[in-house]
Amino acid sequence: MAAGIPKSQILSLYKALMKETNKFKNYSFRCYALRRVRDAFQENKSLSDPKLIKKEFQYGKQNLEIIKRQVVIGDMYRTEKLVIENKH
Amino acid sequence: MFRVIKNISPIVSKNLLQRCPQKVNAVLMVIQDKRFLSDSANERFALKHEEIGRPLYFDAQATTPVDPRVLDAMLPFLVNYHGNPHSRTHAYGWESEAGVENAREQVANLIGADPKEIVFTSGATESNNISVKGVAHFYAPRKKHIVTTQIEHKCVLDSCRALEGEGFKITYLPVGPNGIINLSDLEEALTPETSLVSIMTVNNEIGVMQPIADIGAICKKKKIFFHTDAAQAIGKVPIDVNSMNIDLMSISGHKIYGPKGVGALYIRRRPRVRVEPIQSGGGQERGMRSGTVPTPLVVGLGAACDLANREMAYDHAWMQKLADRFLDKIYSKLTHVIRNGDPKYTYPGCLNLSFAYVEGESLLMALKDVALSSGSACTSASLEPSYVLRAIGTDEDLAHSSIRFGLGRFTTLEEVDYTAEKTIRHVERLREMSPLWEMVQDGVDIKTIQWSQH
Repeated sequence: MAAGIPKSQILSLYKALMKETNKFKNYSFRCYALRRVRDAFQENKSLSDPKLIKKEFQYGKQNLEIIKRQVVIGDMYRTEKLVIENKH
Repeated sequence: MFRVIKNISPIVSKNLLQRCPQKVNAVLMVIQDKRFLSDSANERFALKHEEIGRPLYFDAQATTPVDPRVLDAMLPFLVNYHGNPHSRTHAYGWESEAGVENAREQVANLIGADPKEIVFTSGATESNNISVKGVAHFYAPRKKHIVTTQIEHKCVLDSCRALEGEGFKITYLPVGPNGIINLSDLEEALTPETSLVSIMTVNNEIGVMQPIADIGAICKKKKIFFHTDAAQAIGKVPIDVNSMNIDLMSISGHKIYGPKGVGALYIRRRPRVRVEPIQSGGGQERGMRSGTVPTPLVVGLGAACDLANREMAYDHAWMQKLADRFLDKIYSKLTHVIRNGDPKYTYPGCLNLSFAYVEGESLLMALKDVALSSGSACTSASLEPSYVLRAIGTDEDLAHSSIRFGLGRFTTLEEVDYTAEKTIRHVERLREMSPLWEMVQDGVDIKTIQWSQH
């Protein structure tokens, strides 16, 4: 398993990503990002090379920053909801 | 016809009311009674728009939304780094130049090219113009023949038209009913006079994928330059300019979740492809495209290419899943639905379906809460059936009843289900009111009917 990065850190990155992603006001971006984060962690679950794990971890952290910024921007320029959101 | 009757009836009844109020009451009652009856009977075919909100986006071939990750890469260059990338005398220029060169590398990586072979343009239209007109003009004294296909994008066809006016000879290759060219046709069309072959990778209307590697091999053998318009293909299907022997390639930013107003042209250096520039000016982009490079847009294009490179397999699998789900739903409920274009050699995110006995425009109107198009956005203002569908030999009536469903990275399963359901409901409703559909149900072959002239 992850020799470099403790499992707890990976788990908390996942949680932070999911939490931030949920804040996307835009339906399309929110759904995509939730799916993408989940699938990325699923996909890399079996990684054993610490170097690769570190690389992916860094990429995840970078994306967390991006999501945080983009959530704020999306919040500033909101639009009407999609028909599909109003259905539920 | 239905609409006319609907509009007339209230006017008529009003007039009648004004003229002879006593007599008409009975008549009106009858009319209203009848309408009430038909309403309850046709409840499921009623056209009601009770949904509120923005329509779902199903037009990914027209344009795609900017990915938040792309916007994030662009913003610093819109907020702080405003320098002219061609300014060599100060840090503002250097910062911007670094951004542009990084983007150039990202674009090159996606297609297996050298960064020096990438020229930034304003979009695929400009790239296509530079490629077609530029190559034609440069090699004009000896070679005055160009080969293209009938289903190219308007900008390639129009560039060819312009060249025809200048005395060039153009061969427009026909395509088969599946939308794919015949390689032997191509080989026969090539002459020692031919300077360029221009064939698009993925068609924007029907999504078919041409055998680019085979075409490249043929062109290489005959020492003819090969240009491909890959606006719809780049970042969605793997492309390698070297293994596919592509000499020139057009790339668009806004089809790959990047910004609008930016594109790129891949132009081979070894063996060198030379083009006559269209725009005169400061000689930026190796003299092929003068004009200041728009740093934020180019950085966005680079980021979009980088993302596409990373996400290609993931996105493609998602596209396949959505397309299969959508088609399964449609085919399970509706008959007489024809998918235009080859089902195998295709990009799954582009589904062009013809719903027989339904008029495409009325279906588009009924599907108000889904952003759809019957063909390319450039021609969506005209009611003429698309020239691409005509080229693949689609019957006039089927060409009029076609709709393109464009799936993208951000399309969700719920959206696909919603759209499929809506489409099924409205196709059924429109068919129910179509006399043609009634005849088909009765077993009449529509093609054998002799329509009277009027």
